[in-house]
Amino acid sequence: MTRHLPPLGRRGLLLGLSAGAVLGGARLALGAGPSGDPRLVVVLLRGALDGLAAVQPYGDPALAGLRGPLALAQPGEEEGLLDLGGFFGLHPRLPKLHAMYAANEAIALHAACGPTRSRSHFVAQDMLEIGAEQRLASGWLNRALAGLPGHEEGANRAAFAIGTDLPLIMRGAEPVGMYAPSRSDRPPPDLYAKLMEINHADPLTGPAIQEGLRARGFTAGVLPPDEQRGGFVELAGAAGRLMAAPGGPRVAALEMTGWDTHAGQNGRLRVVLAQLDNGLDALREHLGPAWARTAVLVMTEFGRTARVNGNGGTDHGTGSAAFLLGGAVAGGRVVADWPGLAEGRLYEKRDLMPTLDLRAVAKALLRNHLGLSPAAVAAAFPGSAAIGEKSGLLRA
Amino acid sequence: MSSAGHIAALRFGLGPRPDAPPPDDARAWLLAQLDGPPEAMDPPLDWEQDPTLADALALNALDRRNRLPAGERSRGATLYDAEFRSYFARLLTTAAPFRERLVAFWANHLAVSARESPMLPLVGDYVRNAIRPHVLGPFGTLLKAAIRHPAMLTYLNQDSSVGPDSVAGRRSGRGLNENLGREVLELHTLTPAAGYSQGDVTEFARLLTGLTVERNREPLGTFFRSASHEPGDKTVMGKVFPPGEASIDAALDWLAAHPATHRHLALKLARHFVADDPPPTVVERLAGVLRDTGGDLGAVSRELVALPEAWSPPLSKLRSPHDLVIAALRAMGADAGAAPFAATTEFALGQRIWSPTAPKGWPDVADAWIHPEGMLLRLDRMHAISGRFLRRDAREALELALGPLASPGTREAVLRAGSNREALTLLLGSPEFQRR
Repeated sequence: MTRHLPPLGRRGLLLGLSAGAVLGGARLALGAGPSGDPRLVVVLLRGALDGLAAVQPYGDPALAGLRGPLALAQPGEEEGLLDLGGFFGLHPRLPKLHAMYAANEAIALHAACGPTRSRSHFVAQDMLEIGAEQRLASGWLNRALAGLPGHEEGANRAAFAIGTDLPLIMRGAEPVGMYAPSRSDRPPPDLYAKLMEINHADPLTGPAIQEGLRARGFTAGVLPPDEQRGGFVELAGAAGRLMAAPGGPRVAALEMTGWDTHAGQNGRLRVVLAQLDNGLDALREHLGPAWARTAVLVMTEFGRTARVNGNGGTDHGTGSAAFLLGGAVAGGRVVADWPGLAEGRLYEKRDLMPTLDLRAVAKALLRNHLGLSPAAVAAAFPGSAAIGEKSGLLRA
Repeated sequence: MSSAGHIAALRFGLGPRPDAPPPDDARAWLLAQLDGPPEAMDPPLDWEQDPTLADALALNALDRRNRLPAGERSRGATLYDAEFRSYFARLLTTAAPFRERLVAFWANHLAVSARESPMLPLVGDYVRNAIRPHVLGPFGTLLKAAIRHPAMLTYLNQDSSVGPDSVAGRRSGRGLNENLGREVLELHTLTPAAGYSQGDVTEFARLLTGLTVERNREPLGTFFRSASHEPGDKTVMGKVFPPGEASIDAALDWLAAHPATHRHLALKLARHFVADDPPPTVVERLAGVLRDTGGDLGAVSRELVALPEAWSPPLSKLRSPHDLVIAALRAMGADAGAAPFAATTEFALGQRIWSPTAPKGWPDVADAWIHPEGMLLRLDRMHAISGRFLRRDAREALELALGPLASPGTREAVLRAGSNREALTLLLGSPEFQRR
């Protein structure tokens, strides 16, 4: 089916950088005591995060055999995993997320997956954002906006998306604002690397791109540190600032690419995980006191193969990891019905078996964090009555 | 799957559009564009019909007399903006892209440039009236129309050239400006390979005197001022021309029919449609057609379509920034509304429409366009385009834009990309997409 843009989404009510612009639109919408309103941020990691690298089950006996050179050093060793309680370890480039975990403000979810079992990025991302097993014209977060308490008084001004395009998760009948970065929108490092890859054998474009990247300070496809500060970190910080304002938007969606690590995974992941870590920390920092009432769901369309491939990378898989963080989260835990990595336990003998439908997490956030009615939650996730809200994720 | 349809659309055309996919019968599609009537087109924005040359010159005169406050776009520049937008709209949407490529080719061969402000309102009319109607006729007709147009007379300073022994020259003490005369011989017709001397350049410049632009009194436009015309016979490469306006056309016709001119045009056409260094046999064949048909550009265009060398993949010609941007936007299905975006994008890549840096026009070889930062800017701008057309299905765009011309590596990268936008950037940034 075709995906028509909702007219309001296309118009994309552009919010300015300053919180004032948001305030202007939202001051009547939210009424008294807006600083107490809960905040929800959804971060989409496009390209399929390798959950086994981000949250490594170092205690699983099958891991080393599957991962070989991709297995990370044990907790306590140099560049080792950051321990999450004796079985799982966080990737060493996620120290700030680990600090949130230590402060009981972050949950690692594992063996999680969206509604489909497709290994196509396009299909799986769409279904993760639609929130159903079949195609709908709108995203679940947009449908959820209709059920926000205070919706009738105009609380629908409460949502915005960050980036150059409204993601499907936010598309639909409810109007959604957009914040677009004004600076030039260059490809992320990972994409430059892929462009280099398809051009490298070309006698004209190959040498020119290689030399151009070198002149811009890339080495082996990795951006210099100050460039790493840009992109997602900047956008996440901006999202935090916008949402920190009393009466500011309550719901936001962000996206980050660069996760499709078919080759040279360890090097590539170090860069993008550090960006993600810094970005999530910038979001926390800029939200200020509003962090206490915030929940952030970080998720990806599917995981990657349990085994390393022939290029030091991993291919499209199924179960992956996700994160839930924020002051509203009952953190300091790994939430996983761990299927194990033994041969017979792998999904189709190759992928981490999914045991957690991310819709169960999203439903819990809508119901218990944003305060949607059961009917409104059902409207956001049609056809999934059998999938109940995951309990115990939020502080009482 | 045959690649002929894609080659027709890429090499001869401006790149496929969703509503103008690569044709099944490639050669018939190209020939039909040459045989059919020219495409009708809306006049530029804010104009009920196409502005005339007199309109353009009147705007220039108004700009000279009543200066606008600083920071405000002049009237001439405003017309330029409307003209280039309308031209880009045509490039983005045309169903006769081969014909448009020929228009651009000949406009670049007989280049004028809008880099100086008096040129701004003139270039649109130049392409519309001096170039476009003549790209399938005799080269002499095209040459005369171009050389006599006020845009060319202004750009190459013919309007300030005065015969030293003419009435006006003796009275004012002013003299020859050789600029147009030299460029006609060097760039538009013979080339130095023909062996002309400085004496021939001076004689030809003397012959052109009197040809100027009336900017103040009606009728505005090109005009022959006999009082500025150098008296006496002129001898260009041994050929004697009597004094008078008629000798200007006669000399241009003679130059247009010269074998050295045919070789020059044949080389440039072969370079544009075959390769940066085309095989000599191809150049000979095209020169032969020009010789045998009295410089018929329609005949030589048909011969291009018939050249086996123009149809062998992989395509080797590097797309200029202009070609790249137009092809990318056509592949995305952009409509006429993308015209300003197209213009700013190619400007950022170093090619401003109708504004080459020298009378030689834009270069037509890869070396002139390939450099490291320029190549990265290409990738950045292609990424910007993919950001603007995020919902364009990348797999569909791949089949449309490259189809069988895509290498396995490019195909796999596009199909396995982590997001649709990434896939589009990889398509537009692939080595094959840089070619036509």
